[in-house]
Amino acid sequence: MPALTQLAVGDEVANAAYRFTRESLVRYAGASGDFNAIHYRDDVAASVGLPGVLAHGMLTMGVAVQPVVEWLGDPGRVLGYQVKFTRPILVDPVEGAEIEVLAKVGAVNAEEHSARIDLTVTFNGDTVLGKAQVLVSLTASA
Amino acid sequence: MVGREKVREFARAVMATNAIHTDVAAARAAGYADLVAPPTFAVVVQEKTLAQLLAMPGANIDFSRVVHGSQDFTFTRPIVAGDELTAVLTVESVKSLAGNSLVTAVSQITDAAGGHVVTATSTLVVRADD
Repeated sequence: MPALTQLAVGDEVANAAYRFTRESLVRYAGASGDFNAIHYRDDVAASVGLPGVLAHGMLTMGVAVQPVVEWLGDPGRVLGYQVKFTRPILVDPVEGAEIEVLAKVGAVNAEEHSARIDLTVTFNGDTVLGKAQVLVSLTASA
Repeated sequence: MVGREKVREFARAVMATNAIHTDVAAARAAGYADLVAPPTFAVVVQEKTLAQLLAMPGANIDFSRVVHGSQDFTFTRPIVAGDELTAVLTVESVKSLAGNSLVTAVSQITDAAGGHVVTATSTLVVRADD
């Protein structure tokens, strides 16, 4: 369990890579109930002017917080989580798409026993989420 | 009612690894009544309210033109298997921007006792006709 007093702004707390495949998208569609066909059908994606099948924004959001949950050891320590969807992730039918998540301490609030963790989520070197912030509750010391 | 298998299915889909999402004994050892849902699981509940909003006759929203702009979750506690949840969606604002509409929808998710669990806020961009 990470302790608040051991954290400083700018510290890296997690760093992970994930591969999205078409199977990941179908799996997420079923799990979430979001069956928008642009997430699994190339013809539908093309018909609305998209360059290809895109990952659900909420899949990216859901996966991007996982390294932080692993670091915390308890999802109940997540007090808040927000993102802006700034760039789509194209998921190639053969290659899939690899995304990278870097989590750093953005702010520490000793009085509230909380910290803001800022996520940088990239695909092909471009960030895909903006203002991706996780507010977490931490104990003062280990 | 949040089912255990739904929590497990969602956890796998978002590549969650913590046993607290899949193993009841691990969840109980961590002090929870049952399996703990990953943070973005609230979207499963919120999705149903958004679908109602988009399907409203007067809403006049073309689903294929809806883009998710942003999302925010504010938790009082995590969702746990066995929870009986109710979501109430409020359209907080509708703005026009360069022909597109920006809809901010807030879903308050509460448990059977009426206690607040999580507030899910979505901003949807409805793209203008070509």
